[in-house]
Amino acid sequence: MNDLSLPITQLRSLLLSRKVSPLEITNSLLKRIEETEPKLNAYLRVDAEAARKAAEKSDISLPLGGIPIAVKDLINEKGELCTCASKILKNYRAPYDATVITKLKQAGAILVGRMNMDEFAMGSSTENSSFGPTRNPWDLQRTPGGSSGGSAAAVSARSAIAALGTDTGGSIRQPAALCGCVGLKPTYGRVSRYGLVAFASSLDQIGPFTQTAADAALLMNVIAGHDPKENTSSTHPVPDYTTVLKNSIQGLRIGIPKEYKAPGMDKEIEQAIEKAVSWYEAHGAKLVEISLPHTEYAISVYYILATAEASANLARFDGVRYGYRAEGAKDLLDMYTRTRTEGFGSEVKRRIILGTYVLSSGYYDAYYNRAQKVRQLLRQDFVDAFKKCDVIATPTSPTPAFKLGEKMQDPLQMYLADIFTVAANLAGVCGISIPCGLTQSGLPIGLQLIGSHFAEDTILRAAHHYEQAHTWYQQKPNL
Amino acid sequence: MSSQSQEQTIDVAYVAELARLKPTPQEIERFSHQLGDILSYIKQLSQLHLNQSTAELSVSSDVQNALRSDSCQSSFSAEEALANAPLRNHDLFAVPRIIE
Repeated sequence: MNDLSLPITQLRSLLLSRKVSPLEITNSLLKRIEETEPKLNAYLRVDAEAARKAAEKSDISLPLGGIPIAVKDLINEKGELCTCASKILKNYRAPYDATVITKLKQAGAILVGRMNMDEFAMGSSTENSSFGPTRNPWDLQRTPGGSSGGSAAAVSARSAIAALGTDTGGSIRQPAALCGCVGLKPTYGRVSRYGLVAFASSLDQIGPFTQTAADAALLMNVIAGHDPKENTSSTHPVPDYTTVLKNSIQGLRIGIPKEYKAPGMDKEIEQAIEKAVSWYEAHGAKLVEISLPHTEYAISVYYILATAEASANLARFDGVRYGYRAEGAKDLLDMYTRTRTEGFGSEVKRRIILGTYVLSSGYYDAYYNRAQKVRQLLRQDFVDAFKKCDVIATPTSPTPAFKLGEKMQDPLQMYLADIFTVAANLAGVCGISIPCGLTQSGLPIGLQLIGSHFAEDTILRAAHHYEQAHTWYQQKPNL
Repeated sequence: MSSQSQEQTIDVAYVAELARLKPTPQEIERFSHQLGDILSYIKQLSQLHLNQSTAELSVSSDVQNALRSDSCQSSFSAEEALANAPLRNHDLFAVPRIIE
């Protein structure tokens, strides 16, 4: 068996019918990683020996038995480095397992490596990594999106079977769209954040990158659920996401928000989304025009709240208990300042400064408080919209993958890349990006399906039906 | 979408000091310009008429009040807690002298 870079569901069938072994899958993947990494830089670290050992011991009777999974480098895995792609955590070794890691291990997954990302998940292109950018497998001169660019690029290039990423403002869905794979951001509280290095705690969610919607359902079955160690994790019951996939989409109400036609939007993307929406209509879904009237404020609200939370969360990096400590400080305060100044990259500093500013005395009401009020309005927009529809369809990104360096000097332009994704984080709802076409120059286009709180089953079902009728998910970049 | 009418300013050196950062003069200039652009964009929020009664939303979760029993659980040993320490002194984190 040569090509084992298949979706999880297919690999599981091969494993259960004893046509392949976990070690064969792992070895095939390690070979693929070796071939692609010089071009992509998607992995920060691969532990081939540990992966082979885990493969030899793996129990295929478990739901993810024998399946290698890659993990974004900001989720603690005991004994492994967890750098957040930052110099400040270059040598930090996780002292415990995040809840999602415990669950992956219990489900029999083989943890194969740690994925590149924007430093502390701050960015939309993976260029803010302290260990060099990841490249888009469809065009090596372009970015994979971000911040989970390593996870997206590897799944797309089939140098990962599936991966975990995190999404604070679009960091799973946007790179999934730009790389042509499936990326799911669960409802806030659906997946435990215990052991995830926090960027913006009220927005962060861990979610899967996969080749298919069925694989995303399989991974959600493993990672979703209440965690007594994480107070915002929900006790809402977890369905079996894999069994509901095949249920009909007859009568499914698809909301088309009139506000999501941004000026300057790429024409090819607009057409691809229209075509995908028409497909749904032709296959029994009902299209409903809806309004999300506060959409235009989402980016502003997001960059106030996310940076405010980041400035507080990143205060812990002071060189005292873990991470980098600057040499030659004259006193404690000087040690803090030098450590942080030398340890953090530009985008992280920019966001800490902005977050400190919007929280500072005299500006707090005008920025932070006001943003929280508008966040309430944005959430209400979604609650109202989901009275009229079951799923909201939008483009994931207004443009296909952009060139490396293109937006690095203009952070505001970089922030606007998240225009279609941030609102879901602010409202706490779930969203998935699935491939729905290629541009004429051969770059992937992503369709975003947003679901109500805890309606992952609905968006996965809608995604699965579309996927079954199209071949986009089978297309691979020429690497 | 953005309102670019008024250039917003931010005293980068001062705010950076509050955040225990010390950008170089070049960085201060660059950040001032970039953060000014971002603040000008964000200023659009001030145009939105907000009702006095609009609640603030800090976290979008269905969890209201998460309580658990106050029972003892095992946690890190001193050795595990200190494993990543940049500098230690016996079972303590060592830092530069605070009191002369």
